[in-house]
Amino acid sequence: MSNSEPVKATGLHVGEASPGVAKVDPILKASNVTRKFGGLTAVNVEHVEIPRGAITALIGPNGAGKTTFFNLLTGFDSPDTGTMEFNGKSLSGMRSHQIAKLGQVRTFQLTKALSLLTVLENMKLGATDQAGEKILGSLIPQIWRKQEAEIEKRAEELLRRFKLYEKKEDFAASLSGGQRKLLEMARALMTNPTLVMLDEPMAGVNPALTESLLEHVLDLKKEGMTVLFVEHDMHMVRHIADWVIVMAEGEIVAEGPPDQVMKEQAVIDAYLGSHQETDLGVVTGRIDIIDDGEKK
Amino acid sequence: MDWIQILSNTVESILSPVTFAFVLASLGLAMHFGFAGLLNFGIAGFMAIGAYGYAISVLRFDLPWWGGMLVSIAAAIVFAILLGAPTLRLRGDYLAIVTIAAAEIARLLFLTNTFDDFTGSASGLFGYHDSFRAANPIPEGTYGFGPFTYSETDWWVRIFALAVLAVVIWLLWALSRSPWGRVIKGIREDEDAVRALGKNVFAYKMQALIIGGVFGAMGGVVYALPSAVNPTVYVTSLTFFIWTALLLGGAATVFGPVLGSIIFWVLQAFLTNVLPALAQEGGILESLTSQQASTLRFILVGIGLMLIVIYRPQGIAGDKRELTFVK
Amino acid sequence: MQLSKTRKRAVSVIAALFAAIMLLLALPVSATADEVGTEFDDRVFGNVKLDGESLGGVEITVRGNGYEASTVTGDDGRWVIGVPERGAYEVILNEETLPPGIAVVEDGGPIKQIEFGLTGTVVTNYFIGEGERTAVGLWPQFFTRLVYGINFGLMLALASVGLSLVFGTTKLSNFAHAEMVTLGAVVALFFASLDINPFLGILLAVAVSGFAGFAQDVVIWRPLRRKGLGIVQLMIVSIGLALTMRYVFQFFIGGSTSQLPSLGGESFKLFGTLTLSTTDIASMGISIVVLIAFALWLTMTKTGKATRAISDNIDLAAASGIDVDRVIRYVWITASALAGLGGILWAYFRPGIKWDMGEKILLLIFAAVVLGGLGTAFGALIGALIVGIMVETSTLILAPDIKYVGALIVLIGVLLVKPTGLLGTKERIG
Ligand SMILES: Nc1ncnc2c1ncn2[C@@H]1O[C@H](COP(=O)(O)OP(=O)(O)OP(=O)(O)O)[C@@H](O)[C@H]1O
Ligand SMILES: [Mg+2]
Repeated sequence: MSNSEPVKATGLHVGEASPGVAKVDPILKASNVTRKFGGLTAVNVEHVEIPRGAITALIGPNGAGKTTFFNLLTGFDSPDTGTMEFNGKSLSGMRSHQIAKLGQVRTFQLTKALSLLTVLENMKLGATDQAGEKILGSLIPQIWRKQEAEIEKRAEELLRRFKLYEKKEDFAASLSGGQRKLLEMARALMTNPTLVMLDEPMAGVNPALTESLLEHVLDLKKEGMTVLFVEHDMHMVRHIADWVIVMAEGEIVAEGPPDQVMKEQAVIDAYLGSHQETDLGVVTGRIDIIDDGEKK
Repeated sequence: MDWIQILSNTVESILSPVTFAFVLASLGLAMHFGFAGLLNFGIAGFMAIGAYGYAISVLRFDLPWWGGMLVSIAAAIVFAILLGAPTLRLRGDYLAIVTIAAAEIARLLFLTNTFDDFTGSASGLFGYHDSFRAANPIPEGTYGFGPFTYSETDWWVRIFALAVLAVVIWLLWALSRSPWGRVIKGIREDEDAVRALGKNVFAYKMQALIIGGVFGAMGGVVYALPSAVNPTVYVTSLTFFIWTALLLGGAATVFGPVLGSIIFWVLQAFLTNVLPALAQEGGILESLTSQQASTLRFILVGIGLMLIVIYRPQGIAGDKRELTFVK
Repeated sequence: MQLSKTRKRAVSVIAALFAAIMLLLALPVSATADEVGTEFDDRVFGNVKLDGESLGGVEITVRGNGYEASTVTGDDGRWVIGVPERGAYEVILNEETLPPGIAVVEDGGPIKQIEFGLTGTVVTNYFIGEGERTAVGLWPQFFTRLVYGINFGLMLALASVGLSLVFGTTKLSNFAHAEMVTLGAVVALFFASLDINPFLGILLAVAVSGFAGFAQDVVIWRPLRRKGLGIVQLMIVSIGLALTMRYVFQFFIGGSTSQLPSLGGESFKLFGTLTLSTTDIASMGISIVVLIAFALWLTMTKTGKATRAISDNIDLAAASGIDVDRVIRYVWITASALAGLGGILWAYFRPGIKWDMGEKILLLIFAAVVLGGLGTAFGALIGALIVGIMVETSTLILAPDIKYVGALIVLIGVLLVKPTGLLGTKERIG
């Protein structure tokens, strides 16, 4: 779909690409993470590592536990068991804003535009370390005017990129669904994150804009940012992901570079679909199939 | 019917300390609800704490008037922290219930015989005016014109209240247009989104709760300044009246609460004067006792509150696009 | 797993609170009398009796003329305090040292002013009681309060389950619900004034309450749902409605307290201090029967089950063919009728009807509903019983004029430990 194929990062993992494989330089690690809702085990991740400086896609059927896993990783929900590490720092017991401050910033699947703030205000809110956000500093404009102007400049650049510049004075409430998704992503980028976690960022965004945004994501990677995203659009996954992790029924069932993972029978059964209804229960129990995939 | 007298009484309410107290309290609520989205239904509790804090420190601990006010402010801060620490993590409607409960607890503790030595229980507190009046720079006499003719003491109370009001309005205005205000409004819209951007939502909410609470407490002080502290004032109905004034003017504005409170009291004063008169002189309200006639105005407040919220939730001063209610 | 863990925590907090209360109750009361001020010639002395029986361990203070001394009555109820000079003194009985629930009710209260005459002694007796409240051991006291608490809790439950159901199905925190409680009582009062059979009057009042719920839904709440008002807006509308109704009641019945006609019957002295009238027993019986009927309705009938489907997911319920508007209408009728009945029973319990009586228990109703987890009717039932018992038993240690404080503190405490109440579940993020 694109004429200039992006450069894929390779050699991310150590040894065979199988669920829970170690990475050369992991930015995020999770072990034995479980989360139950009543009788339902929404997440049961034995071990997973997210490679630094790469774009990782987290895919899986609806209800696989991807969003729940995101919530656990970002401190919006607390796991029943397990440990998580970001940049070698344990995340257990940390509150969501503290995790975000470390540079691990997320977006939400159900878009959270701040409706009664203007688009530009939404963006400015993303900027970190603002002197004017301190209660005392806020009373004296002289303290924050200069920084505010810089933030505004950066926000406007991003808005241009996300085709929202014309809307900057409008309330976010007046944006369309896709535009809100864009705004949320742009706002997350205002924080200059080291790891950005996007929950279905391109759902509802038109193809042309998707493409230009993908370029932007690839640029971010070049600048050293790590991206982890959930996506159901396999084109996009193939196009930009360096690494793909597949979840089903809360567990990680496959991992690997996109072209390899997509060929695995387990993934086809559980997710990509060959119209078989038998799959999910079988898949999660069948690790050996993954080995089959590797041999191909 | 003496229309001149009725109109004069009505106009007079614009400069009444009760109106100023309402303006202050509703500005506090504007900070809580209009800007930070905190459903505080305990503003009457903050006012009670302001009023009692002032009166108790002056009467029982012989503090000067300004010391009493500092105590009020400190007490409001403590109350806000006590209230906020457990509840600011809660969903909005839970906060509403907790704040209303906390205000009731405060009121019952002020009312009970158990602490009669400090609070005066059911009879309240009075006779704490000497220190404040001694600081009055205005020479003895009556000043003003028409309905606004007051003694030097009455002027002193009003001028002082206006000065407090000016400071509070400036604070609210300066905060609301700053980056701090932006975070606060973001929290009002969706606190999880703001959290995801690395802001300590809890700390911001607490700051907003404290600031609004202090405004409310100063409202309580101003309410108590000219007269006495009466425990029957600080009931939940007071909270609801202040909400009415706030929503009437526009919750997410600085000017709205001022306007709303003034309209509220001007209307109240008008109805207080006009309804009993109508009942006495015959006409539509002929069959009513004057007691019933004055109850009518509170019925009208209730109906008015419903109508505002349904048909003009942004209030008189609010931006049509900027409805103050998040769904 | 986590759910049950926090639930256990919530329960243990409440248990701890009760334990603390018990501990306070169990504080030993000294029974030894000592004479103070024996070095002085002039004495104040007296006797403390409760219902004719001597009362030991009561602290008495004499104060005045720059002198102050305290003593404790002996087992014979006697006390003696010597004073340095003949003059005017204040004699103060420390009510906290009286058995729980007892206060000096006759004129003057615990503080008496005395003056020495020609002699060097003044007698100051406290004869407490006159059958006001009988002093008995702690446990019978507690038991009595417990039964009253259950009675009150059942009334509260009648009001709370309805509020909870309304919240579950419409997400409305209905501040006007307490006014439905008042409405039941006020309408019963109206029928009583017509001199019809009091039982028929009560039935009619419940019916009118139910109809008022129906009318509320048709005139206000359904149109507003259609209009798509947010939950906060709806909540404030309910506050407006509450104010309106409250003052309409005042408009009609004025500011004074009125009584419903007595239903006859007698009082039974059960044991200890527990006395229940036929009305009390009937009231409890009615509450229990009605609550069981309500529970059956909720779990057995199609409409009842539909309310839970709607509480879980309104869109799903609508999509699966449930007539949401119809079910919600039934919810309003049921909730209001139950609240009205609760109001009538409460009017007998209090006793009395006042225009703002609903406002008085609004927070207790909310406390019950929150304790149970907003929107779960059975949780509200349990919550109401806990709150009722808390309020009544707390009078053993708290002054009666702050008996609601304990319940409100527990309300806040529960929200602190487990924001979703005892039986609720957590909401989804993201
Ligand atoms: N708060 C909650 N309470 C109860 N069950 C929940 C909750 N959150 C998630 N679940 C359940 O956990 C499972 C995983 O949900 P999750 O949202 O993580 O799926 P997902 O992989 O993000 O799906 P999708 O691709 O559709 O977004 C689902 O079965 C869901 O119903
Ligand atoms: Mg998801």
